[in-house]
Amino acid sequence: MLQKEIINELVKIMGKENVITGREDLLCYSYDATPDVPDPLPDVVVTPVNTGQVSQLVQIARQYKVPLYPRGSGTNLSGGTVPLKGGIVLSLLKMAEIMEVDAENLTATVQPGVIIQDLNNAVAPHGLLYPPDPGTVATATMGGSVAECSGGLRGLKYGVTKHYVMGLEVVLADGQVARFGGKTVKNVTALDMVKLFTGSEGTLGIITEIIVRLIPAPEARKTMFATFTNLSDAGNAVISIVKNKVIPATLEIMDQVTIKTVENFSQIGLPTEARAILLIEVDGIPEVVEQEADTVLQVIQNNNGRVQMARDEQERDNLWAARRAALPALAQVKPTTVLEDATVPRSKITEMLLALEEIAEKYNLQIGTFGHAGDGNLHPTILTDERDKEEMERVHAAVKEIFEKALALGGTLSGEHGIGMAKSSFLEWELGAGGVGVLHKIKNALDPEGILNPGKMGFNGGTGHE
Amino acid sequence: MSNRLKSIEHEIIKCMKCGNCQAVCPLYKETRAENAVARGKVQLAAAVLGGKLDYTAELAHRFDLCLTCMACVSNCPCGVRVDRVVLEARAALAEKRGLPLPHRVAAAGLARPALMQMGMKAAGVTQKLLFKRGERGMSPRFPVGLDLKRVLPALAKKDLKEQLPEKNAVQNPVMRVALFAGCVTNYVYPGVGLALVEVLNRHGVEVVFPKEQHCCGAPLLIHGIKDTAKEMAASHVHMFDAAGVDAVVTVCGTCGEAFRHHYPELLSGRAKDAGKALALSGRTYDIAEFLTDIVPLDHTLLGPLDTHFTYHEPCHVGRGLGAAGKAEKLLKAIPRATYSPMQDPGRCCGGAGSFSFEHYKLASQVLDRKLSDISGTGAGVVVTGCGSCRIQLNDGLAQRKMPQRVLHTVEMLAHSITGAREEGNYNGRQ
Ligand SMILES: Cc1cc2nc3c(=O)[nH]c(=O)nc-3n(C[C@H](O)[C@H](O)[C@H](O)COP(=O)(O)OP(=O)(O)OC[C@H]3O[C@@H](n4cnc5c(N)ncnc54)[C@H](O)[C@@H]3O)c2cc1C
Repeated sequence: MLQKEIINELVKIMGKENVITGREDLLCYSYDATPDVPDPLPDVVVTPVNTGQVSQLVQIARQYKVPLYPRGSGTNLSGGTVPLKGGIVLSLLKMAEIMEVDAENLTATVQPGVIIQDLNNAVAPHGLLYPPDPGTVATATMGGSVAECSGGLRGLKYGVTKHYVMGLEVVLADGQVARFGGKTVKNVTALDMVKLFTGSEGTLGIITEIIVRLIPAPEARKTMFATFTNLSDAGNAVISIVKNKVIPATLEIMDQVTIKTVENFSQIGLPTEARAILLIEVDGIPEVVEQEADTVLQVIQNNNGRVQMARDEQERDNLWAARRAALPALAQVKPTTVLEDATVPRSKITEMLLALEEIAEKYNLQIGTFGHAGDGNLHPTILTDERDKEEMERVHAAVKEIFEKALALGGTLSGEHGIGMAKSSFLEWELGAGGVGVLHKIKNALDPEGILNPGKMGFNGGTGHE
Repeated sequence: MSNRLKSIEHEIIKCMKCGNCQAVCPLYKETRAENAVARGKVQLAAAVLGGKLDYTAELAHRFDLCLTCMACVSNCPCGVRVDRVVLEARAALAEKRGLPLPHRVAAAGLARPALMQMGMKAAGVTQKLLFKRGERGMSPRFPVGLDLKRVLPALAKKDLKEQLPEKNAVQNPVMRVALFAGCVTNYVYPGVGLALVEVLNRHGVEVVFPKEQHCCGAPLLIHGIKDTAKEMAASHVHMFDAAGVDAVVTVCGTCGEAFRHHYPELLSGRAKDAGKALALSGRTYDIAEFLTDIVPLDHTLLGPLDTHFTYHEPCHVGRGLGAAGKAEKLLKAIPRATYSPMQDPGRCCGGAGSFSFEHYKLASQVLDRKLSDISGTGAGVVVTGCGSCRIQLNDGLAQRKMPQRVLHTVEMLAHSITGAREEGNYNGRQ
């Protein structure tokens, strides 16, 4: 338990209604969307309403050396918000104002608690778009997605969160408020601190304001759906679409396990004998979209795929139904769903898919794979039961082998879900001792007491479930 | 006791904690507190099961904070029946901790039809003492456990049981059905029952109205009073089975759910009732379902109505019974009536039976969004399919001084069929 005087000081800063200490409520902040990680209770949850309060409470935490865990909607998949060492969970959900939509500079300024979809609803009337769209657009916060550098279904053409963050206000571990970047397209003033804090998973500072770049919303789009009876045909199609100078907004894949599970779950008439399905969407200026769609059709046919093109919004919806059902369908097979996001260069997609099938067989596990094929970002989804200790051991071994394979193919541990506590013990495999050393130097410089999100990204004794 | 939660463990462990429920939970939208949303509640239930949490008073409050609107259920990728988890948790808490006094009194009333009948009658007489009549309804004169601002509907001068005969026959009936009216229709909006008889009779359907019927029991179940709810279920199952009808028709989604979903479940352990409950469940329909799937609405009966209306889908009609969109389609068939759909017609209005009485402020915040959606349509009439929603909407419209009137789906249809031009409550054959 925290000393009574710390709680009193927090109450003085934020008022009673923003300092939560009941056991029933604390329990609701002990977890996020990550399976198979510990879920200790925090000592207190605070919900500050402005930057000044955040700064003051960080100073309290520092004075008493109490850990602080920033939290948005708690939808991350790497244990990023779990209060591993007790202390204060800092929920930013009450700082949720869209402060400005600047249609002249194509920027928006938001507080961290704004939900991504709400920002998009606010900019849509201006004909604008904020492209990063993780599967959780309707729930995830801007702060959480910036701290996690989230990707999504439009990554191939539009990039990920870091390509849209232009400026940040950050409360540092000593309580100081710093601002980096701004509304200018060009900015080379000193080190690129905006990029450093983007994806820092709450370990370097608390993000309290965000300036993002917006783009004109594409006018037209075409959606296609292709089935393949051979996995390498599907992989080759992915590669040659891009080689033919078409960059689709969406280029998604579903493997056979996923196809069968979806069909079993929702009976929408998917060909269960297919080895892979691709969902492709091109968007932009109408004439260009027509041309690009033609090229995609050609490429798919050349690679022995069978293709369907949506003629209207209703048909588009039908084609998307299968992809949308992928995770829900897989999730209903077994109680625990371990969703990984190892990522490889696009040209290695086929190899990675085949390796995943081998790993599933070797460890006798059910793995359904779907994901962002165009980005080489696959989501092998292991269907298991946390209560089955023996099977969980096989799951851990399989996960390890998935990482090994991804790295061997020149890929990375995580394309978009982050390191958190779940993957921190594998960091050295990718970065080497030298690389990990640099991380620690940066961390020590910015948070010498180690109060910000301890136990994550390998900092302050976090090693994940090893 | 904790085997209550144990019995629902299969639902609890299905939750993968993705948080998708945050996008649709009306209470979470207002409070943004994790304990308000389904994920939080399911994890609280898991903590109790895992021995990490006791059946505390605080826990009971957390589980009270749920509209059982099922928005989370229909948005859950894992298909977790959060509504069932919440009801079992409430039942377990009620057994462990007992019920708060107002719930006990209300439950006793609902469980004893005669008492309720008398109580409601007495209330009809004494409401003048306690409430002052405003333009739109009654407001409490004293804080009688209700918010003073609250505008409640006046109880009907004559309840439905006094107005409607047991048998409402037609020549050569195509079908015989029994009406289950439910408390709000019986005591507050009896016109809904009269309208239903009118509409069904015109379709050649005979309507019987078993007079011994009482509260469906769902309000008790929702507060965790499972044993009494079970007795009420058994009583209705026998009564409506004995009526020997082809179908049971309801005018409230929650009552419909009681017959279709809760009765078979409550009575599954009783050999002599289980079969009957199941059979009854299979032939219970909300009026919107009945006129869509069983005896389809005869469009030639419909006369023109110069009305601009919108439609609010009650949670337990849309998601509970899975009848979303059916009433809307029926209403759109009315000649000359203009329909303007509201944003998100299926989002909860915050009424949720007694929730709005116990958590007036929070319920009003939820309602505010609905009222804005209603006013956005420009419609003069709000049609809905549930008495509890109607009470809630009427209160909000009065508070905001909005001009809209609220009608039940079947009243709108009755107006169209009988040619009654006024937009008021249905008053039976003129
Ligand atoms: C079903 C499902 C699908 C998903 N699909 C995708 C996908 O397609 N692409 C993708 O990239 N991710 C995906 N995710 C992961 C997750 O939704 C994203 O990472 C999301 O952006 C996290 O936002 P959040 O508000 O929930 O953050 P949280 O989970 O609350 O926090 C995430 C991290 O950010 C830190 N943090 C939060 N707010 C702040 C702040 N203001 N300042 C500093 N640090 C902060 C936290 O400490 C934590 O480390 C998915 C998750 C689920 C459950």
